[in-house]
Amino acid sequence: MNIVVCIKQVPDTTEIKLDPVKGTLIRDGVPSIMNPDDKGGLEFALRLKDKFGANVTVITMGPPQAEAILREAYAMGVDRAILLSDRKFGGADTLATSRTIAAALRKLDYDLIVTGRQAIDGDTAQVGPQIAEHLGLPQVTYAEELEYDGKDTFTVRKADEDGYQIVEVDAPCLVTALASGVKPRYMSVRGIVEAYDKPVEVWNFDSVEVDPDTIGLNGSPTRVAKSFAKGMKAPGQLYEVEPEEAVEIILAKLREKFII
Amino acid sequence: MNFNLTPTDELFLQMIREFAEKEVKPLAAEIDETERFPEETVKKMAKLGLMGIPVPVEYGGAGGNNILYTMAVEELSRVCATTGVILSAHTSLCIAPIMENGTQAQKEKYLPRLASGEWLGAFGLTEPNAGTDASAQQTTAVLEGDHYVLNGSKIFITNAGHANVYIIMAMTDKSKGTKGISAFIVEKDFPGFSVGKKEKKMGIRGSATCELIMENCIVPAENLLGQEGKGFAIAMKTLDGGRIGIASQALGIAQGAMDETVKYLKERKQFGKALAKFQNMQFQLADLETRIAASRLLVRKAAFRKDCKVPYSADAAMAKLFAAETAMEMTTKAVQYHGGYGYTREYPVERMMRDAKITEIYEGTSEVQRMVIAANLFK
Amino acid sequence: MDKNEYKNVFVFAEQRDGKVQNVAFELLGKARELADALGEKVVAILLGHNLEGQAQECIEYGADKVLVVDAPELETYTTEPYAQAVYSIIERYKPSIVLYGATTIGRDLGPRLSARVSTGLTADCTALEISPERDLLMTRPAFGGNLMATIVCKDHRPQMSTVRPGVMRMAPKDPSRKGEVENVEVNFDRSKFRVRVKETVKETKNLIDITEAKVLISGGRGVGSKEGFTHLRELADTIGAEVSASRAMVDAGIIDHARQVGQTGKTVRPDLYFALGISGAIQHLAGMEESDFIIAINKDKFAPIFSVADLGIVGDVNKIVPLLTAKLSK
Repeated sequence: MNIVVCIKQVPDTTEIKLDPVKGTLIRDGVPSIMNPDDKGGLEFALRLKDKFGANVTVITMGPPQAEAILREAYAMGVDRAILLSDRKFGGADTLATSRTIAAALRKLDYDLIVTGRQAIDGDTAQVGPQIAEHLGLPQVTYAEELEYDGKDTFTVRKADEDGYQIVEVDAPCLVTALASGVKPRYMSVRGIVEAYDKPVEVWNFDSVEVDPDTIGLNGSPTRVAKSFAKGMKAPGQLYEVEPEEAVEIILAKLREKFII
Repeated sequence: MNFNLTPTDELFLQMIREFAEKEVKPLAAEIDETERFPEETVKKMAKLGLMGIPVPVEYGGAGGNNILYTMAVEELSRVCATTGVILSAHTSLCIAPIMENGTQAQKEKYLPRLASGEWLGAFGLTEPNAGTDASAQQTTAVLEGDHYVLNGSKIFITNAGHANVYIIMAMTDKSKGTKGISAFIVEKDFPGFSVGKKEKKMGIRGSATCELIMENCIVPAENLLGQEGKGFAIAMKTLDGGRIGIASQALGIAQGAMDETVKYLKERKQFGKALAKFQNMQFQLADLETRIAASRLLVRKAAFRKDCKVPYSADAAMAKLFAAETAMEMTTKAVQYHGGYGYTREYPVERMMRDAKITEIYEGTSEVQRMVIAANLFK
Repeated sequence: MDKNEYKNVFVFAEQRDGKVQNVAFELLGKARELADALGEKVVAILLGHNLEGQAQECIEYGADKVLVVDAPELETYTTEPYAQAVYSIIERYKPSIVLYGATTIGRDLGPRLSARVSTGLTADCTALEISPERDLLMTRPAFGGNLMATIVCKDHRPQMSTVRPGVMRMAPKDPSRKGEVENVEVNFDRSKFRVRVKETVKETKNLIDITEAKVLISGGRGVGSKEGFTHLRELADTIGAEVSASRAMVDAGIIDHARQVGQTGKTVRPDLYFALGISGAIQHLAGMEESDFIIAINKDKFAPIFSVADLGIVGDVNKIVPLLTAKLSK
């Protein structure tokens, strides 16, 4: 069985702070990490590898520095790593991104493609289903658990607002994974020691067959018209009173806010 | 000359920090409180290959080096010094002497099990009457046909009771003094071997520290480590390596106390401003931070020299001396800066201060380190 | 493409178990505003099986017209039958705008369609407006909510976006509103149906996600102990809130890491956040300062938590909280 996992390097958004004076993002020194949902998806794939001996490939689209998460994936136990990197791919929205990744995936063998549900720097949850559409694959999103019958069917526990569904899907297919579904394994020490001795294949525009007008900034139907920081907060009221009075103040506020 | 971490080092740090934070830290207070050996943590470390970092892949290890090993002990000790010393004793005091002195057969038998973490290792040199003066060994080993018979006892043995393999020093020829000491690989199930009373300690309370008793203990002749009479040299060289581990532990404790202190001083306000804003506080912390950074350089240099297979005895002694004294000073001050809270078990600095003290004592006291450093100076 | 061929604001009227979901009514309310600004119509797309009365309800919430596809294939949501049905409607009716709820269904269907139609899709919009050029301005949070971005889809139609439940306001239901209901036939390509729902399980999740909570009762060091925390739990139970905590409480083992708010925990934006005995370290503030309304109780009047609190009380949490709970439970 061949599994391809699409992963993304993202800034650790929990580490991003707002400059209180300028109202801009402070991105300096913010660590880059493997997107959590993608890491959950990678764990799904590695578990199938443990159980069925699957061959696991990771692919990421990004700048050259994105190589770091491919090394991390090697240290976790993948077999092959591909970096999809070209200035022509840059500035893409989700649709243009999905076209580029789908073009790369067409060059690979797969029974299963796994992506994260969404990336923490965009939270769109779009690229996975868009890739599935380009490749004509059935999709199952929000996977919390993934089982394989050893032949041609995957069973997915798919989370939704009220609980979950158990769905079956025919291979080949695309599944988007939730980080909360699994605890990704740690990199092994041996995996770490050997990670930088393994090859990372760098694929550029010439490596894939894709219409240049449909990718990158120019191939993106959506554009950012403007971006702005959320307004700063005005200071609130502060009371230094006896507990009984404090309770009354809070109750009044709760009534005002329709909480009670 | 290059002080940068390699990409491999960075990747390793990313892993070990996450592991320490998520798997080790949550247990630290509890295992200290209950004096419980964290078996489950050892199992988790084994799964990742942490129990055999510097062991070559052909012996089932991770194929890493001593730099990675020091980072592991440091980062574990930063959140839990007990976990740090379990790894240090196992790697430096049991795996290393077998790797460096073992026969092919001994390496093939013991290293895969130790490196995989299936077996835990320990080391026995100290006796009731042979502490800093380790040459005064009273445990004896007599060769009888195809085996040695060991008699005597060892004290303050880290990992005792949980370890499967012990490197034990014993006199094979009392007339030759230190040249009559030999080293043995003793398995816990060998006849006549038993674990005695467990010490109640001030710090590193989750680590098991016990007495070992050998009463007509039968050790196969092929378990002699190195040659007869080389035991003292093996022990001293093992302790040189062990000191790098303990220096890393001390460094981790100091860094952990610094982390807690910085966090606290930023949050804690007195007289209307954060304690971190007081210049006296800043100056004192600047000095401590400098000492921690210097400790780290010494630790990594000693590990680097060991990896390069050049003499590192004095480097290891300096690293341990300086890191241990830094840990003691840092943790003592951390408690002070936390005020009354620092004296309670609600905050980890109290535990860190108790844990730090042992780093000035075991695997050679600070005085012994000074002896080693001075001996190297005047040789 | 000729943008002028595309007209009217469409809403995907998500139904579950035959009931149109509130988020669809909220979208109809917003669609009404957008359509009025454009001088166009609001059209609901209603897919399912045996949907008695549901189309009329869409009209009462603002739709001028409801396109109904009633087919057994659409009874329970799966991606492909729904994608085929909506795609055929987009092809036939050429909407200018299509809005979806940002639910597990909308976020599964929307991107699939955007790729099929080759148009843009903007996720989780918090504001939608019509520009002077008659384009849809779609504003959404970026970078974990640290920044807002306004997105346009100038040269492609339809313009599509998803909106989270609760973000837009539902218009008052008007039972007298009249509209047109049109049944649409879709020729399904069943060979592409390769996902089968075996079981649907409804459960109240054991692992509650504090990021979804509307009201959070969050405790910190000032709460002190396990006992102190039981007061917080009682308050939470009384007003139907969830409990969360600062890192100190998690490190102390009083509460699970899954409920930690802050840099190393979760970022939350509830309607109401109680910061009880939390001093407000920057790492904690980063995880909760976007909450709509923050009530903080702390002994130290210089605690940084008060700089983000809308209502601050200087006092002892362990005295005030039990009193508050007692009053509320009456």
